[in-house]
Amino acid sequence: MSSNVSLLGRADTMASSLPLPLYSTAVRAGFPSPADDHLDTELDLHRYVVKRPASTYFARAEGYSMIGDSIHPGDLLVVDRSLEALPGRIVVICVDGEMTVKRLERVGQRTYLKASNPNFKPIPLDGRESQVWGVVTDVIHNLLRALP
Amino acid sequence: MIALVDCNNFYVSCERVFDPMLEGRPVGVLSNNDGCVVARSNELKALGVEMGTAMHLLPPAIRRQAVLLSSNYALYGDMSQRVTEVLGEFSPHVEVYSIDESFVGFQGFDPDSLEARGQAMRDTVRQWTGIPVCVGFAPTRVLAKVANQAAKKHPAYKQHGVCKLTADSEATKALLKQLPVTELWGVARRTGERLSVMGIDTAWDLREADAKRIRQRFSVVQERIVWELRGQSAIQLDDMSLPKKQIMVSRSFGRLTGNPHDLREALRHHAARAAEKLRKQQSVTSAVMVFLRTNPFRTDLPQYQQRVVVSLERPTDDSRDIIASAVQGLRRLWRKGYAYHKAGLMLLDLSPKANRQLTLTETPQTDEEAKRSERLMATMDKLNRELGKGTVQLGLPRKGNAWALRSERRTPRYTTQWNELLVVK
Repeated sequence: MSSNVSLLGRADTMASSLPLPLYSTAVRAGFPSPADDHLDTELDLHRYVVKRPASTYFARAEGYSMIGDSIHPGDLLVVDRSLEALPGRIVVICVDGEMTVKRLERVGQRTYLKASNPNFKPIPLDGRESQVWGVVTDVIHNLLRALP
Repeated sequence: MIALVDCNNFYVSCERVFDPMLEGRPVGVLSNNDGCVVARSNELKALGVEMGTAMHLLPPAIRRQAVLLSSNYALYGDMSQRVTEVLGEFSPHVEVYSIDESFVGFQGFDPDSLEARGQAMRDTVRQWTGIPVCVGFAPTRVLAKVANQAAKKHPAYKQHGVCKLTADSEATKALLKQLPVTELWGVARRTGERLSVMGIDTAWDLREADAKRIRQRFSVVQERIVWELRGQSAIQLDDMSLPKKQIMVSRSFGRLTGNPHDLREALRHHAARAAEKLRKQQSVTSAVMVFLRTNPFRTDLPQYQQRVVVSLERPTDDSRDIIASAVQGLRRLWRKGYAYHKAGLMLLDLSPKANRQLTLTETPQTDEEAKRSERLMATMDKLNRELGKGTVQLGLPRKGNAWALRSERRTPRYTTQWNELLVVK
């Protein structure tokens, strides 16, 4: 079995510094290429993941309740507080004083927190004190870190 | 119109964003090492705990009920930056006035739209950062400060947390008549006593006073307050810093500069001046906030504005410690490729020097010793300059000594350390 991967470009080695432009065509004598008007910049992974720095926070995942959504223990979660907690989105939410990551689901008039692991039951939010903290946009999972 | 946006109980609010269990409980934040209360939740205020109270003087009953935390300046600095960034979505004119207050200019906006904008600003800051803020609109900074206080405390405004004052409305008049002149921004207590002798007790009295006479008796700055109360803008931010509570020194550069040496020189100079001011009012500071920004009006250039809070090892009024923190802050802030317009620093959480206790590891310095250590500093700086940064360093406190123990109540640095992030199950 093979996976298709395509190379996107160079990673920005100086995080949060101003990326230097890379020229897309080799320098040639003669007429300038019209394509050079459009310079490629180094790819900044931080910018790719963090759309709104002011409202974006990182959190650390613990446990296996969201393993079906590829959230492993120790993974880094990118959480954006500016996004609306729509049903279907994975959120960081404070329930009865504890911070948890789960998928929001709406069944009829009721809202549930759903894990993506059959060993965890859905948690109805009715009658519990809860407050959405932010919406999880990305998971950063390191493949070299030894799994427990 | 200009808005003053002020974060409610800022340090405590920052702590509550990451630990919702603190909601509704009396929470206090302690200054570094000496254990004075520098921030209080409303619940702690209700228990009668005053600002600046030394922790060991708190009654045991209160100590049992309250959550007392060591200050987490890395977190507060980062959250402060985020709040400012959100405000930048509403207007290009955002001026940082303290770690938890900013002035936001709304020149040219429809005055009737401002209350709705204020509400939106408040809601957005709350959603993006979790920090509750109050917003006061007025034609001048001094009145904006009054409007902000009303937004926070006055029954007519506090439900919405937004208050707009025009220069001549009945509402403005009523508020100014209730406000003791000493509670006005920029009026020191001693000035207040002298004003009282002249029959000026409230902010309204001062507004109605003869401006010329105020200048003759006091100063140009006091006269400007009179104009500001009347709704005529007269004060630049650099003229004013809240006496006793914080010290800010900042200047715009004559020309834009990307040179780190220029920035360092400017910050060293500002730090030295701030330290002088600090000693003059016989206070010590717990942390230094350093900030740096490009010119927001040069939209043709890449923009950058950032701040960082460097906490001091112990409360101090020593120029060397303050300058060193400023330079350390700059090292963390400076980025290549920007033309900087302004640099400055702010001394946070001042407390009277007299109250301050020596920590276990300290001994008092004599004049002779102080002079000797100054010579030592100069030599050290020279070596570091000529042989490279860090050639000679002062001994750093070891882990586990008295000082390190003193910050054991600090919460994780949720937003600035990879190994201290918020954990979610």
